[in-house]
Amino acid sequence: MQPLTSRAKAVDRKPMTMWEKMYIPAIAKGMSITFGHMFKKKPTVNYPEKTRPFSPVFRGLHVLNRDEQGRERCTACGLCAVACPAEAITMEAAERLPQEENLYREEKYAAKYEINMLRCIFCGLCEEACPKDAIYLSETFAPANYTRKGFIYGKEELLIPDPVTDPEGFAKARGAHEPTTAGK
Amino acid sequence: MHLTLLAIDWVLLAEKAILILIIISISLVVAMYETWGERKVAAFMQDRRGPNRAGPGGLFQPLADGLKLFAKEEIIPNHSNWLLFILGPGLAMLTAMMTSAVVPWSSHFDLFHRHVSMQIADVNIGILYIFGVVSMGVYGVMIGGWASNNKFSLLAAIRGASQIISYELAMGLSIIALLMVTGSLSLRTIVEQQQAGHYYILLQPLGFLIFLVCSFAECNRTPFDLSEADNELNMGFHLEYSSMKLGFFLFAEYVNVFISSAVMATLYFGGYDIPFVNDASLAQKIGQNPVAALQIVSFFVKIVAFIFFFMWVRWTIPRFRYDQLMRLGWKVLIPLALINMLVTGFLVLLHQNNWHF
Repeated sequence: MQPLTSRAKAVDRKPMTMWEKMYIPAIAKGMSITFGHMFKKKPTVNYPEKTRPFSPVFRGLHVLNRDEQGRERCTACGLCAVACPAEAITMEAAERLPQEENLYREEKYAAKYEINMLRCIFCGLCEEACPKDAIYLSETFAPANYTRKGFIYGKEELLIPDPVTDPEGFAKARGAHEPTTAGK
Repeated sequence: MHLTLLAIDWVLLAEKAILILIIISISLVVAMYETWGERKVAAFMQDRRGPNRAGPGGLFQPLADGLKLFAKEEIIPNHSNWLLFILGPGLAMLTAMMTSAVVPWSSHFDLFHRHVSMQIADVNIGILYIFGVVSMGVYGVMIGGWASNNKFSLLAAIRGASQIISYELAMGLSIIALLMVTGSLSLRTIVEQQQAGHYYILLQPLGFLIFLVCSFAECNRTPFDLSEADNELNMGFHLEYSSMKLGFFLFAEYVNVFISSAVMATLYFGGYDIPFVNDASLAQKIGQNPVAALQIVSFFVKIVAFIFFFMWVRWTIPRFRYDQLMRLGWKVLIPLALINMLVTGFLVLLHQNNWHF
C-alpha cells in the first residue's frame, strides 16, 4: 500500500532478542531521559507575578474613553450598539446641561451605558464603529464573577479614570492600546 | 517487698521511649516531605515547576495537604464492615511504622555516662522481624479493600495481596544469599561487617537488584502499583476511603518507601557507615558523639538517594499489566534469586575451604 506520508514506518513485529528481553538497558535509557529533563528550562510562566505579553491585536475588556481634559467622549450615538453582532450594548442618552461642559465633550452624552460581558464576543466591532474614539478594547480580560448580574458592566466599571485628577489610573487603564479609529 | 525479677532499668526504658518517639516523628516528617518531594520530582521530570505557592519553594504544601485531609468529611459506607474498615488504614500505618524498630540509625552516643544505642531493638533476628512485619502490611490493603464492600476495591485488594505475596518470595530468596555472606540476621552486625570490609552491594549485585525490584512491589509503587491502578480500578483499595483514613493509606506508602530505603541502605550500602572514612579511627580523633551524628547524616543521605530513586523510577516506567507482573515475579525473579543463592552458596563454601575443591 502507498504510504500517506513520508514518515510512515512499518510496525516491527520481530520477537525480542535476549538483550532486549533483559529490559534493564531499556529501563536505564528511559531513566536517563527523565533525569535529563530535570535540568531542562521550564516553559512555565509564573502567572500572577509574571504575565506573557499579549499580541498587539489582543481585544480585552472595553474602556469608555475620555479626552485630555477628562471629558467623556461618548455622545450616545448608538453606532456601537448597532454594530454589535451579539447585541451586548445598551445605552440611554441625555442632554448636557449648561454647567456640565467640563464633564461631557458634546451636547449629548450617555447617561447609562451597559455592556453584558456574557453576551460580548470581544470582536471589537464597537471600537471600529465609534466615530468619537469613545470606546476601545483594552488589554485586561473579564474577571470571574459570582452572579450573572455582575457581568453587566455599567459606566462605573467601563469609564476610564480621569486623566486630570488621576493620571496614573488613566495610563494604567489605557494600557499600550491606543484608540486607533476615528476622531484623531 | 523485693521484686528482684522485675527490677526494671527505668532509664533504659525512658531512653528507648524517647528514641521511639524521635524515630516515629522523623519517619512521619520524612513521609510528609516525601509527598512534597514526589510532586517536585514529578514536576521537574515533566518540565514543570511543581508546588511553589505555599511557602518558599512550596515547602508548606504537605502541611496544607494534611490540613485538607483532616478537614474532609469522614465517610464510612453503609454496606461496609465498619470495624474492619477502620482497622485497614490503621494496620497499614502500624506495620509501616513498626519496621523502623530494628534499623540501626547510627552507632551510639555517649550521653550522661550512658551508652545510648541508636537502635530501638538490636534483636538478633532483625531481618526476620522486618519480613514478618512487612508481610503483615498486606493485611492493611486486603482488609481495607475487602471491608469497603465494593467490587473495584476487592479486585484491587486481591491484586495487591497476590502481588505482595509473590514478590515476597523472590525478596526472601535474594536475602538468603546475603545472609549466607553475612552469617548474621542482626542488622547492626551486618552494618559493622560492612564497616570493617566492603559494602555488600559489591558481593551481591544481583541480589541487590532483585531486592530493589521486590521492594518496589512491596511498597505498591509504580511500576507495580496494580492495587491502586487509577485508570482501571478507581484508586483501588482506598476507593471508599476519605479524610484521614485515606491519608493513612497514602502516608503508609511513603513511610514504607522511607523504611525500605533505610533497609536497602543498611543491607547493601553500609548503613550508617561514612563512606571512604574509617569511622573507628575518626571517633578516636574527634570523639564518639560527633561521629555518631555524622553517621546519622551519612545514613540519611543514602536514604534520600534511595527515595529519589524510587521517585525517579515512578515517573519513568509505566505500570505493568497483571500477567506481565506475575511473569516477572515467578518466571524471572524467583529463578534468578535461586541461581544467585546457589552460586553464592557455592562460593561461600569454596571460600570457607580456602578455595580448594
